[in-house]
Amino acid sequence: MVTDDLTRAAAARATRWRDARVVDVTHHGDRGVVLRLDVPDRIPHRPGQHYVLRLRAEDGYTASRSYSVVSAPSEDLVELYVERIPDGEVSTFLVDVVEPGDLLETRGPIGRWFVWDGRSRALGIGGGSGVAPLVSMLRHAHEIGRPELLSLAVTARSAAELPYVDELRAAKALVALTRVNDLPPGPTRLDAAVLGALVDPGATVYLCGSTRFTLAMETHLAVGGQPASTIRVERFGAGVAPG
Amino acid sequence: MAVTRGFVGRRASARDPRLPPGQYDVGSSWPVLTAESTPSIGTDRFRLTVDGAVEEQVTWDWAQLRALPASTWRGDIHCVTTWSKLDTWFTGIPVDVLLDAARPLPTATHVMVTSSTGYTTNLPLADVVDEKAWVVWEHEGAPLAREHGGPVRLLVPHLYFWKSAKWISRITLRDSDEPGFWERNGYHMRGDPWLEQRFDGD
Repeated sequence: MVTDDLTRAAAARATRWRDARVVDVTHHGDRGVVLRLDVPDRIPHRPGQHYVLRLRAEDGYTASRSYSVVSAPSEDLVELYVERIPDGEVSTFLVDVVEPGDLLETRGPIGRWFVWDGRSRALGIGGGSGVAPLVSMLRHAHEIGRPELLSLAVTARSAAELPYVDELRAAKALVALTRVNDLPPGPTRLDAAVLGALVDPGATVYLCGSTRFTLAMETHLAVGGQPASTIRVERFGAGVAPG
Repeated sequence: MAVTRGFVGRRASARDPRLPPGQYDVGSSWPVLTAESTPSIGTDRFRLTVDGAVEEQVTWDWAQLRALPASTWRGDIHCVTTWSKLDTWFTGIPVDVLLDAARPLPTATHVMVTSSTGYTTNLPLADVVDEKAWVVWEHEGAPLAREHGGPVRLLVPHLYFWKSAKWISRITLRDSDEPGFWERNGYHMRGDPWLEQRFDGD
């Protein structure tokens, strides 16, 4: 199949390492950072895909991690959100040290499962920095003039701990804040009742967050009647992608 | 290849020789990574079938599987997302025991492993024989947790861990290779961590 061959060719090109230039660095408190990268010979991503960043020391030592793309495919720069993991070798460097003008080794976009085509109904559910790939879907939905296809429900402990909170609220995402609920009106938890009201067997569910969060959401969705076969999950704690 | 300004990295004085290139030691934790909704499979509903290019299709239920002589594998496991877990142990049986019962045909060259969720992963037959691959139900002495693939998962520790399918329900012998779930979705067909076979084209 021609399409499949093209996909495979693009995938092979995507796994080549490229030196991307950091164009913009925006800190999100001291918890995280938004990096915007100019990637040479960039292959357009699909919302939900991720990039690998690789840090290289003078002596050749490297450390790499995966981060979901936040930007829409049409944007010129690749935007990534990096949350500081306590004692994280890569995330603390990206949050504390990286400045505009730095070069970072990248490869991507990667992944063909946790992706949304922008043509069918989708329900995105994200916890904390798990909103990153959902924001890419959101931006894409607006750009192609199909915002009604995508419903979003997101949660964090407080508005300050929810990346892209203003953008999500502006898009009418359901925002649940579990500790400091300073954005009324809104629920304080994504519980069985809240998720049950969002169940849509005709939609694909994109669920992204910590293991504990995603397991809880899966249970609520199952109780509400969302078929397991419609649920795509990206868990983190150690990165994105398979075990 | 650009040196990252200001990056020194966190190396122990000598890198642990058990870590393949690009991997880090996750210590005592064990991250959970799956693409699908986590199923709840009671042992009463558990079945494991070996079929395809075999002389005899065989199915084991929980009691029949547990009646086989268990043994323990101890060593290191490596996830493509760059974590490795060193010196951990699992209890189960070598896949050889199941294959010996079903007797693969001489034409069999590969296996496709299927989970109860529909997840699949493909492996060369040579990678699942001679005690290189296991079907396990305990991790470090405790029943395998649901999120880690319990009640029963595959363990192929010499390849990246997406090959170690959780919630295993079927091992199908084949006379040709065909991509499984992640292999269709951008990941490498074999996944040798020592060769860093992470993605398509690596």
